[in-house]
Amino acid sequence: MTKNKRLDLSYTQMKWETVFRRILVIMSVLLLLLVVGILITLIVQSMPSIKSLGIGFLWGKIWDPVSNIYGAYPFLIGTLLTSFTALLISVPFSYAISIYLGEYNPKGWLSNLLKNSIELIAAVPSIIYGFWGLFVLVPVIRTFEAKIHIAPYGVGIFTSSLVLAVMIIPYAASLGITLIRMVPSPLKEGAYALGATRFEVIRSVIMPYTRSGLFAGVLLSLGRALGETMAVTMLIGNTSTIANSFKEIFFGPGNTMASVIANEFTEADHTVYLSALIELGLVLFFVTVIINLIGKRIITKFTNH
Amino acid sequence: MEHTVVSANKFNAWFGDNHVVKDVSIGIEKNQVIAVMGPSGCGKTTFLRCINRMHELIPGATAKGSLKLYDDEVYTMNPIYVRYKIGMVFQRPNPFPNLSIYDNVIAGYKLNGLKVAKAEQDRIVEKSLTSAALWNEVKDSLHKKGTFLSGGQQQRLCIARAIAMEPEVILFDEPTSALDPISTSSVEQLFHELKENYTLIIVTHNMQQAARVSDKTAFFYMGELVEFDVTKKMFTAPSDVRTQNYITGRFS
Repeated sequence: MTKNKRLDLSYTQMKWETVFRRILVIMSVLLLLLVVGILITLIVQSMPSIKSLGIGFLWGKIWDPVSNIYGAYPFLIGTLLTSFTALLISVPFSYAISIYLGEYNPKGWLSNLLKNSIELIAAVPSIIYGFWGLFVLVPVIRTFEAKIHIAPYGVGIFTSSLVLAVMIIPYAASLGITLIRMVPSPLKEGAYALGATRFEVIRSVIMPYTRSGLFAGVLLSLGRALGETMAVTMLIGNTSTIANSFKEIFFGPGNTMASVIANEFTEADHTVYLSALIELGLVLFFVTVIINLIGKRIITKFTNH
Repeated sequence: MEHTVVSANKFNAWFGDNHVVKDVSIGIEKNQVIAVMGPSGCGKTTFLRCINRMHELIPGATAKGSLKLYDDEVYTMNPIYVRYKIGMVFQRPNPFPNLSIYDNVIAGYKLNGLKVAKAEQDRIVEKSLTSAALWNEVKDSLHKKGTFLSGGQQQRLCIARAIAMEPEVILFDEPTSALDPISTSSVEQLFHELKENYTLIIVTHNMQQAARVSDKTAFFYMGELVEFDVTKKMFTAPSDVRTQNYITGRFS
């Protein structure tokens, strides 16, 4: 009797094992299906534009919906330029913050306060960054642009990059802090025991040990920068023409793929126009995927080396 | 006492409010192997880490009293210089995982940005690995990662890394507690050879090891240095009852 009962119990336990595993599988596969679904929708919806514009869409320099001419080049440049400029500005900050809060000051109230406020930066809604940029940053940039003798728009690619830089710092920084705190202390002590200074320990032990992880954090930041829409839309100036000199492009108004979609989606009044916008979305999707794949390759290289 | 290398006089160390090393006075002579033993938490490792000022790297750790390397007060010297002169080998082998065997040996120079000519580097690497009894095993794979070696080889690599800096004293913090018996005996063998040129201070949990390798033994209990004497005498006729109790296994 007792023996049977025990057998029953183990049977239900085994059954639960199977059910639990199935739940996990279903949830994971569901997510994969969702991504594939999004991709299919994007492709299907951009078919009219792909058919009528062809591959030339990618490097067409003119975007003029009134005359039915669509070229993605200005937005491709806008997206890449804002994202990488923002990344360039943010990386020194996120590395410095990671090292300070990971190694120099890992405990205590000041450390917690700083770490929480950095994480709060990621929690602020992007429309608030947009407002802050418009009211505070734009006037400053305008004065600056007037001083260096370029058209003082205030809004533009440079301004968007600055705000984006602030927005993406926490992604790399908070991962970096965690990683640097995890560097095994025997390794650090090994270097200290050889007479290394703190800076030398950071350079020769902590950095090599966390290199691939820190880079993964930067990649997270970049992913966020590529797709950020609201704040950029408010600050970039929304011009679909592309200037001739780099200086004019960099400091002048522009558009990113995300911002042009956000701005023009509601007014896209015919099939090809709407489809061209969706194709922009598809291109953005691929740009993000490609950059992530390259990043993953670099990370494996770091790790194996 | 012909040549005292390391001497402490009423030396104390704390972790926050926790008084872990109490009024320790000791004189350690040149070219000897000193074993430091005692039950867990007796302050032996802390005392060892005070000698090359590793203790102070832990937040809240403080030390007071006199601790000398020859005639110089360790706690008024530049800690970087102290650590050049007093090398250290840790409980678990900790070669730098991103560096080759060669670079691990020369790491002390590289870390500190000291410029050494390539030929001189080669000489230091060969000499240090030879002293650490590792040269023959690794001479054909000097540019492979140090982490591919076995545990015992890694520990000897860490010893070579310490020797490369040509220190006066090498501190060992339970250097064989993470090793298998064969590796342990190869490291112990090494102690005999190393004392020709260096003074070795070895913290150990293993009484047999202390008896096998050391000239003199220090017994720590509850933060105090209870007894410091010639190893043979210590293990046969200890003068303090606490030492006797420890050696006979009445507490551990």
